[in-house]
Formats: sequence, C-alpha cells, structure tokens
Amino acid sequence: MIDSPTFELDERFRAAAAAEGLLDVAYDVFDDTAMGPLLVGVTDRGLCRISFDPNPERELEQLARVYGPRVLRSSRPVDRVHRELDEYLEGRRRSFDVDLDLRGQPNFYVRVLAELARVGYGETTTYGTLAARAGNPRAARAVGTVMNRNPVPIVLPCHRVVGANGSLTGYGGGLHRKELLLRLEGAIL
Amino acid sequence: MAVAVPPFETFYESHKTEVFRFLVSRIGRDRAEDAFQETFLRALRAYERLEHGEHLRAWALTIANRIVLDGARRQRPQGDMPDLVTEDGRPAYEELAPLTDDLPPKERAAVVLRYGYDLGYDEIGAALGSTEAAARQAASAGVRRLRKEQQ
Repeated sequence: MIDSPTFELDERFRAAAAAEGLLDVAYDVFDDTAMGPLLVGVTDRGLCRISFDPNPERELEQLARVYGPRVLRSSRPVDRVHRELDEYLEGRRRSFDVDLDLRGQPNFYVRVLAELARVGYGETTTYGTLAARAGNPRAARAVGTVMNRNPVPIVLPCHRVVGANGSLTGYGGGLHRKELLLRLEGAIL
Repeated sequence: MAVAVPPFETFYESHKTEVFRFLVSRIGRDRAEDAFQETFLRALRAYERLEHGEHLRAWALTIANRIVLDGARRQRPQGDMPDLVTEDGRPAYEELAPLTDDLPPKERAAVVLRYGYDLGYDEIGAALGSTEAAARQAASAGVRRLRKEQQ
C-alpha cells in the first residue's frame, strides 16, 4: 500500500520516541526463542517485565497501569536484555547484568524476590527455604504466589524453586518451561 | 466513567495509517514523513497529561493539522503546496483539504474534521480544546466563508 506509513518510517518513529526519553516502557517481542515468544519491557531504570503471554494486549494494559501509559514497542532499549537472554538460552551465560525496575511490588514480594536473586545457576531451593530466608518460615504458600507473579521470570530465577519433596510443583509460564530451564542449567537430567 | 487512556502502542497502531494519509493529502509524500514523526512525538509529549481516552482520533488528526499549519507558516515564502492528482473516488478529506487553505486555523480544522473526517461536533470540540457549540460555530463560519470565496 502506498498510503500507509512504511516499515522504515514506523521504525524511525519508534526509535526517536525512545531516544528522546519519551517512553514509560519500551518493549519488544522476541518471537523465536527456545522458550517460545517472550515479551520484554524496560523502563529508564531497568528491566521491568518478561512475559510468556503470546497475546500482549493484556500485558500492555498492565504495564501502562503500573509505569504510565507511554508504552511503545521499540527495539533499541531492549537490545541488551535480548542479547543476554539469547546467550543464557544458548548456555553461554550463567547470570544477568541488567538493572531491574520492581516499582509497584509489595514489600514482601521485594524481600522474597531479593532472596530469589541469590539462588545461583544450576542450584535449586524450596518454597519453604525461601520463605525462611525472607523472614517468615511459615509463608511457603505465599512464596509460591510471589513466584507465580514474578514480573521477570528467567532473570529472577523462580524456575529454581521446587517443592520440599523435589517435585517441580508449578511455573507461571507452564511446567514444560520450568523443566526446560532446569535441564539447560543441568539442575535435572 | 471516563474511558481510560490506552497504552500508547494501541493509540499509535489505531491511528497511524489515517494520520499518514491525512498528511500525504495535505503536504505530499516527502514532507509527510517528517510531519508524521513529529505528529506522534508531539502526541507522546502530551500523552501523560490526557485525562481520558475519548476523542483520540480527533486529537491525533488535530495535532497533525497543527503540524501542517506550523510548516506552512515557515514555508510560506516558497508557497510550495503539492499538486493533488484529481481522480475519481478519492476520500472526501482530499477533496476538501486544498479548498480550505485560506480559512483561519480553527475554522479550517473544524471544517476538515467535520466534513472531511466525519467527526461529531462533540469530538471536534474536545480535540480543539473547546466546546461542542464552539466547534459547530467554527465549522459553520468556515463553510460560510468558503461559499463567499467560491462566488
């Protein structure tokens, strides 16, 4: 169609919007990762969202509510996260070097997620252990909820948290993904 | 309850094609590209301050129209309006746009948005930052002026 903005024009606007610092959240969707499509969002403070949801509309609404309505697909700001995720999923990276923006998370969530961040590559821990480290040994179930709502799965490794009997239990992105990640890290065979 | 402001991505995807066509019809394809980017950057700068998500289409077209007028003011010495190819069945706004060049900006915007884009007066009022009644008045004043010029 001659009367639609061209791909180049569209991309030029998206790049300019980010370069001028006008976005609350810049996001992109990486279509063909080993984990399926991933939606990744960043703010000027850091990574704020990784989502397995293939239909991003709901995700955009949610990002707009928490961080502000200026949410736009723009690839440059998420390049670095993209590269690190690729390296990790190819087994060439064991930890992430990106800042996080966890604005809007309740205190308990922030405490639990901070403890989660210390669980290393290839290790696993249990919901109960994480609850104890976050200061409330009886909150295993609540920790499960925090894991389920983890805003940045993979980078904050909720896949490394398993049941007390060693069962995988559950995963916000589906159990098959949890299994895939643990296998990648050599935590299970 | 007021409609919430949608994520900018949704707003942009809903209106980018129409805004681009509007700009091409007004200033030609080459200049439309810069004006397109400027329109949505300007929208982005104002987006945080929007209080509701109503009339966004009219709002986007109004910003585009303002950018065209700003450009025309700068460019007047050369006076390079593009030649519009006449062909059957082209959209109403293309017929209308070149005829309204000499109207005062507010009347021009009201006429183009009403008769070229078929927006309601309530939408036009909201887009122009005034009232429905004022929009109706501006459009009819514009039409009267056009009639006089045609004679």
